[in-house]
Amino acid sequence: MRYLCIIYDEEKKLNAMSKADADTFMSEYFTFTEAIKQSGHHLAGEALQPVQTATTVRVRAGKVSTTDGPFAETKEQLGGFYMINAKDLNDAIQVAARIPSARTGSIEVRPIVEFDQQ
Amino acid sequence: MVDAVYRSDSRRVLATLIRLLGDFDLAEEALHDAFTAALERWPREGVPANPRAWLVSAGRFKAIDAIRRRARFDRSQALLAERLEAEGPAVEPGDDEGVEDDRLRLTFTCCHPALTSDAQVALTLREVCGLTTEEIARAFLTTAPTVAQRIVRAKGKIRDAGIPYEVPSRSDLPERLDGVLRVIYLVFNEGYSATSGETVVRAELSTEAIRLGRLLVSLLPEPEARGLLALMLLHESRRAARTSAEGELILLDDQDRSRWNRDLIAEGRPLVTRALLSRRFGPYTLQAAIAAVHAEAATAGATDWAQIVGLYDLLLRADPGPVVELNRAVAVAMRDGPAAGLALIDAMLTRGDLDDYHLAHSARADLCRRLGRATEARASYQRALALTRLEPERRFLERRLREVS
Repeated sequence: MRYLCIIYDEEKKLNAMSKADADTFMSEYFTFTEAIKQSGHHLAGEALQPVQTATTVRVRAGKVSTTDGPFAETKEQLGGFYMINAKDLNDAIQVAARIPSARTGSIEVRPIVEFDQQ
Repeated sequence: MVDAVYRSDSRRVLATLIRLLGDFDLAEEALHDAFTAALERWPREGVPANPRAWLVSAGRFKAIDAIRRRARFDRSQALLAERLEAEGPAVEPGDDEGVEDDRLRLTFTCCHPALTSDAQVALTLREVCGLTTEEIARAFLTTAPTVAQRIVRAKGKIRDAGIPYEVPSRSDLPERLDGVLRVIYLVFNEGYSATSGETVVRAELSTEAIRLGRLLVSLLPEPEARGLLALMLLHESRRAARTSAEGELILLDDQDRSRWNRDLIAEGRPLVTRALLSRRFGPYTLQAAIAAVHAEAATAGATDWAQIVGLYDLLLRADPGPVVELNRAVAVAMRDGPAAGLALIDAMLTRGDLDDYHLAHSARADLCRRLGRATEARASYQRALALTRLEPERRFLERRLREVS
């Protein structure tokens, strides 16, 4: 099954990290990504620019409205994702638990809808 | 004969069918079809040598047939039927161990932490214990449609999120086992000390919880699984003695100990000992050890309170919390006198930890009563009375309140 592991982190905490800590964190991400490529779990994965670069777009009554930032102020922000291939939810949970941000923020694990199989 | 097999084996057959078919609803349908076939054929052809294997195999063929019929409309169903057929029957005649493993797998699936706590309890009672949704609804004072909806949602999540039918890997086992133990203990407690309503005891839930506990210990003999089973057995041993014929609550001190069930105590005590000796025990084992000390005392006066306080000290370290602290304070009152216990409870109430907990106020009232401080006792009984929702407890508190008035 395919799962999207959605990474939520506190940007404030990340920004407050020392250069050395931030480098360690990044290298943990590289190691993790390499490991799930080796194990065959990895399908895709990206990190996002910080939340202040975000734009929210809505269309209401045919009119496009564009606003700054995400629609809600939350403590943790969407910071990136991995799309993985896992045997089942337990397998996916084990992968998600190894994402470095699982220790600082949280990871939402969501199964992908496979339209062709339904 | 079919009836007897249904009662003893239908849940085992279901667990295996769920694993083979990978789908709860399909498995339940197959179970139903298999028993229908048994009703037709066993009286004519005789009961097969291994009824359970016969039922699993009949259920599997019925399910493949059912999928084939659907396949006329849906190509992917045809592939599923082919796959199931190619896999062949996974149960060999007499493969009891495999069948029991299926029940353990199913228990871990039903208690998966990705499901809500309510759903875990309902699903375990429905799928592993075989209770009907009506029985579950009655036990938890809710409606059958609510329970049914909870179960349908949980099954949907198991299917869509890909929750597997497996016993977790060694690295995940301790945490996942905690989840299973928690569900079993919730079921037991709901049967032993319901949180609201007319009757204190809903015996059948406790019986189911003990059955699950025994199953778990036989399949996965971990210390805390033993500890939990022991705890349930030792509590259960006092069931007959803890309410009067009129349904009034009788406290431990006042219980007729000759009415304690010696068989359950004899089953529970060695489990505590084994769990303690493992040195990998936790809160359930410690609570069971405390229950065992009570069980060993021939009279309330002979209770080894020093040992109980010592066990509460360990429990407070393993599982810190105000309720444990309150129980420890009551034990200290028994060891060192009511004034010592009262000081501890008052300190807790001052901290504001247990102000809404009726048992904290009734414990305080009881200690004040024993110290002859009637006014304070009255105030605390009244506060406890205002907070309790259970009828027998209310009547008990009202009785006590009249005594100090």
